[in-house]
Amino acid sequence: MIQSQLTASAEPTAGRSTAPSVARNLVRIGFTALLVTGLVACKSTVKLDEGAPVESRDAASMAAADAANAAARAGAAGQAGLDGRGLDGRSGAGGAGGAGGTGGAAGMAGAAAGNRDPLADPNSPLAKRSIYFDYDSYAVRDEYRATIDAHARFLTSERSRRVIVQGNTDERGSREYNLALGQKRAEAVRRSLTAMGVPDAQVEAVSLGEEKPRTSAQDEASFAENRRADLVYP
Amino acid sequence: MGRLYCALLTSSTDVAVALPFPSALRMLAKPGFWSTVARAIGVPLSIPLAIGVAACYSESHAQMRIDVSGVGGSQIPISIAPFIADPKVPIDISAVVRSDLERSGAFRLIAPIGPMSDTATPDWAGLRARGADAVVGGSAVRLANQSFDVRFRLYDTAESKAVVGSAFEAGAPFLRTVGHRISDQIYERLTGEKGNFSTRIAFVSKESGRYRLNIADWDGENVQTALTSAEPIISPRWSPDGSRLAYVSFESRKPVVYVQELDTQKRIKVADFKGSNSAPAWAPDGRSLAVVLTTDGLSQIYQIGLDGNNLRRITRSSSIDTEPAFSSDGQSIWFTSDRGGSPQVYRVVLSSGETQRVTFGGTYNVTPRPSPDGRLLSYVSRRDGRFLVVVRDLSSGSETVVSDGGRDESPSFSPNSRWLLYSTVNGGRESLIAVTADGRIRQRLSSPASDVREPAWGPAPN
Repeated sequence: MIQSQLTASAEPTAGRSTAPSVARNLVRIGFTALLVTGLVACKSTVKLDEGAPVESRDAASMAAADAANAAARAGAAGQAGLDGRGLDGRSGAGGAGGAGGTGGAAGMAGAAAGNRDPLADPNSPLAKRSIYFDYDSYAVRDEYRATIDAHARFLTSERSRRVIVQGNTDERGSREYNLALGQKRAEAVRRSLTAMGVPDAQVEAVSLGEEKPRTSAQDEASFAENRRADLVYP
Repeated sequence: MGRLYCALLTSSTDVAVALPFPSALRMLAKPGFWSTVARAIGVPLSIPLAIGVAACYSESHAQMRIDVSGVGGSQIPISIAPFIADPKVPIDISAVVRSDLERSGAFRLIAPIGPMSDTATPDWAGLRARGADAVVGGSAVRLANQSFDVRFRLYDTAESKAVVGSAFEAGAPFLRTVGHRISDQIYERLTGEKGNFSTRIAFVSKESGRYRLNIADWDGENVQTALTSAEPIISPRWSPDGSRLAYVSFESRKPVVYVQELDTQKRIKVADFKGSNSAPAWAPDGRSLAVVLTTDGLSQIYQIGLDGNNLRRITRSSSIDTEPAFSSDGQSIWFTSDRGGSPQVYRVVLSSGETQRVTFGGTYNVTPRPSPDGRLLSYVSRRDGRFLVVVRDLSSGSETVVSDGGRDESPSFSPNSRWLLYSTVNGGRESLIAVTADGRIRQRLSSPASDVREPAWGPAPN
């Protein structure tokens, strides 16, 4: 289709010879060369994956894990209680060590479920991946310690895993300045992870600024929802 | 072929025309009268772009419209006669000229007496009676090689004599470009300043989750897409010669700085370091970019060669430093920093590293953009919760708020420093506004089908 369009467009110039001057021939040669370039460019034009979400949501893997959940439930029960409702218990984070798969009830449950990725366990503290920030603030609130602790333990026990911390902002103000503010949030989370012993090589802090809002309504609740850093496992 | 819709606030006019056949535009070097004004146009950079891109993306483009409001101070009364054109000429070139001159705000259009060629003797008395200080006539004929010969002549009615004229040979797709070149010559002759009519703009459109990096004529016509992506594209910046665009793409799920050649569509990753890479700004020599990297934690400004080599750190703070823009002499960089507790505009001299704070009022002053002539600085200021574009006269220090939307961002000067483009939000839709640097004349460029944002005004064509 592109081919035929190209041919159609090119014909009036390239097809009809009117025995013109040397200068005109030069123009035509240049034009033909450019046409060829245009064709090549078409082929190499970046086609980006349309459906790919930037944020790695575990909905799919969670669903896949459902079948295995029955087996896992017994072992992970302790965590489930904590995870169902926020992260106000440090013991929950302790359980995440087990979720890492190196031992403990959750680990055994994982083995029983057939090598299941602890990241896919909806009852693990690792299922918590978002850290919210106050307005104009870049400090990680205490209530997220348990989440960060759980991810730090997982990453230090699974040295082959990498995590990307994506910082976000609401959409008020300059895009580039918001990109920098999102970076500041991502960086705060990254520092918390490295302070807990996660090697630099396993963490990358990046910013999406205001470009990928979870909600785009113009109200305080939406702004707050977008003041956020997400932990994303590629 | 991309189409944009243009309209005046008071009356709507659709001047978009589909142009089917690419061909070359060049000026005829003829002896006598024509040669006195001949300026070699050569093959403009827009041609390879038009060919490559039109072939790739001809299927769908957002339609756009322009609305104009306000008037300039003193307007030159001018009459643009319909050109004597043979019926095979696909567009009304005089209408392009009329539209250009009217939108500039510098002219008042006087109704023409009738069609007039470039060689006819104008009805001096009749034109003077209508109050026209100047009149333009022209002709357009199709040549044997299917291209068109277009000529115009500008006359001074007070002196009863021809002032300037030119002849162009162009293929059908470039007849609008010819019209813009004619407008430039008239504008420059009568105002003493360079026109913007042959310039192009870049912007990003977003429609149904698709992001497009687009290029269009200054009036929103001839939209061409340079890049399509499912992920955001921000911060397009023209190279000083107009042949390339630097921009930030999130296609790898993080911000990465690319430079893309417009004629070949070839592109390179200039900055893809760990963390975020953003805010490209061309050095005036076109050989390096200032970029913002986060390899050291927070956003800091670096200079980098187009090949990704010769990385040099420019700012060194424990704060956010971003949004760099080179001064036109290349000696210093304007930028945004929150080192003083709130985001403000600063300027660093590259040779010494000496840094000065530039803005003081308020708690949010960002996105500094110097005018090409070095006389003005525009930036975005939050005032009473509204984000507005401000223009500061750098010699007197006086400031003018030139926008009125409240969610106005990304100012970008025209090459002649007389106009700015910025983005705004209107009725939940993002659109672009072109405004004179004194804030008096304003044009909206909008698309009913998509959000348009992140404008960048291209350089003057060679």
